[in-house]
Amino acid sequence: MLSAILTLALLAGVFGLLLGYAAVRFRVEGDPIVDQIDALLPQTQCGQCSYPGCRPYAEAIAAGEAEINRCPPGGEAGMIALADLLGRDPVPLEDEEAAAKPKSVAYIREPECIGCTLCIQACPVDAILGAAKQMHTVIEDECTGCELCIPPCPVECIDMIAIRDTPETWRWPYPDRKPWLQEAGDA
Amino acid sequence: MPDYPKPAWDFHGGLHIDGHKSESLATPLREAKIPASLTLPLQQHIGLAAEPVVQVGDEVLKGQLIARASDYVSANLHAPTSGRVTEIAERPIAHPSGLSAQCVVIQSDGQDRWTELPEPIADFREADPADLRERLRWAGIVGLGGAVFPTNVKTNTTGRTVDTLIINAAECEPYITCDDRLMRDHPGDVIDGALILQHIVSAARVLIGIEDNKPEAIAALQADIDTRGLDEVKLVVVPSKYPSGGEKQLIYLLTGIEVPSRGLPLEVGILCQNVATSAAIADAVLRGRPLISRIVTLTGKGIRQPGNLRVTIGTPIRDLVEEMGGYTGQAHRLIMGGPMMGFALGSDELPVVKGSNCFIAASREEIPDPLAASPCIRCGECVKVCPAQLLPQQLYWYARSRDFDKTQDHSLFDCIECGCCAYVCPANIPLVHYYRFAKTEIWAGERERGKADHARRRHEFHEARLKRLEEERQARLRKKKEALGKKSAAGGDPKKAAIEAAMKRVAAKKAAQGQEPSPEQARDQEKEA
Repeated sequence: MLSAILTLALLAGVFGLLLGYAAVRFRVEGDPIVDQIDALLPQTQCGQCSYPGCRPYAEAIAAGEAEINRCPPGGEAGMIALADLLGRDPVPLEDEEAAAKPKSVAYIREPECIGCTLCIQACPVDAILGAAKQMHTVIEDECTGCELCIPPCPVECIDMIAIRDTPETWRWPYPDRKPWLQEAGDA
Repeated sequence: MPDYPKPAWDFHGGLHIDGHKSESLATPLREAKIPASLTLPLQQHIGLAAEPVVQVGDEVLKGQLIARASDYVSANLHAPTSGRVTEIAERPIAHPSGLSAQCVVIQSDGQDRWTELPEPIADFREADPADLRERLRWAGIVGLGGAVFPTNVKTNTTGRTVDTLIINAAECEPYITCDDRLMRDHPGDVIDGALILQHIVSAARVLIGIEDNKPEAIAALQADIDTRGLDEVKLVVVPSKYPSGGEKQLIYLLTGIEVPSRGLPLEVGILCQNVATSAAIADAVLRGRPLISRIVTLTGKGIRQPGNLRVTIGTPIRDLVEEMGGYTGQAHRLIMGGPMMGFALGSDELPVVKGSNCFIAASREEIPDPLAASPCIRCGECVKVCPAQLLPQQLYWYARSRDFDKTQDHSLFDCIECGCCAYVCPANIPLVHYYRFAKTEIWAGERERGKADHARRRHEFHEARLKRLEEERQARLRKKKEALGKKSAAGGDPKKAAIEAAMKRVAAKKAAQGQEPSPEQARDQEKEA
């Protein structure tokens, strides 16, 4: 009886020490699930999810505070990827209209720009070049199309221009659905 | 034709299909007329588009560089004739998308005057391979078998040794005969190019793989090899089976070596080049000429006199058709490439590019409109014919359901899009279309992920910068406060000290005024009081 208690106590002590050591030695900084969620988000930093950027939204999802359907730029594919990662059920997108918008970049009508720098301050990825009282311009390759520069512009000289397909970025269309597919009610 | 030993190896699958080669081989090779206007896409190769080095209005000479390779994987572009640059703008190009791309448009002056060309390197065996590769880069040579990969990049063997150079003369796809024509008429160029390539990569032996349906070409090449007494160059005649001209398939046929999945032939000590590329290399090295023309097959029941033409790059397809007597009434579809791997063009005004080997004006019977697909019955015919030993029915299943991870698990990117599976499919499923769809979707996904990662890094930097600026501001404020605190440290309470200091200043002022107040000042002071 006593030996059993002693053995168990000893084992508990040893494992406790081991676990304690492992907790210190192999400590994980940050939450890996947040990184995984963040990796699936499109990084437009547009705030359409009502969080100030993709990472805060990822943190909210990880904490169970937010649904996975609030990212219009990620679209349905992004939502399904999140559902797969988190083992949740797919849900319809909150704002399907926004998700259906074509991918765009901001374009400043340069003759109209007054050089107020408000758009530069609003840009989450520093994609706008310019200085006070100097003309501003958008670096097309860096723009995520978040539209955050549009509301602050006092002269409304920023347009969103849809990105055109080039032969390099063009994608083969999904092969035509044939009658038998529709009959079968297949997607 | 002398007896050639049958190759010891045979690749999996493949098809025995009617070649339809004799139609376009009945007439000799002809030079096509240089058109009044040439359209030259800046991207006729794999990699980044070339950068124009001419401006609208410039006079250019034949062979003059008009666009420079913009990257390591890119290719130079030269003026195919003399004339004036009239436009640098977007024009429709021969591409399955039907989209437009940047092109240089040259109005020919009809004189076809050459520019000053670099010195020929006649004694190439004494030349430094790096110089020869630089010559290929200058000449804008790309793989003319269809892949249009820059040849100077492909021949960069840094860190690897090439044991065997394979010259791909199989030309396995039906209808296409441009390589056959080239070998019959210019076997010397092909062999010259092969020897130059052999010197560049210092290969021990050269194997020329050719299908047995080209006896004249085989005889012409063999005669050239024999007269030169080349022991290290060997002609290997392979049975006609589509797609024996696929790079990995031909390598296996000739050497029994399998190129690893998603790997390069270089990894197994092999370099493979097409015969037309080989001839273009001879032209660049031995004559100092850039790649500005190529042999193109025009065939199909829709063309009055099928045959082969040496064509200036940038010529509209319609001009070539007219050269061949125009269309017959049967022309139904225009296809660039072969019937198995080519794609339909929306217009015959598109220009010939470096990669155009064949145009088929097909009749409705030759290439019928696709029938409606019916459900896959999993008969497995596609598995039997797949030369890449994939499972086409599984790939189809996953591509159809957009399960792109699974398509990659089933080696989608080892698919060479030869079309054998779709050819034998009893359900008429456009299998290759599904694979192309899946491939371009995967590439688009990768591009998007790359962009997202880039945006994430920039956003993180943006946040870090804002934080740093805020910290700097706080630090400045703190410093100011500290400075203030130090001054008043002597007086104890900073507030009291400040008040005292102010009172002192006022007192000093008053004292100064009290010393010698002018009459006006005295009056003012009285008023204020």
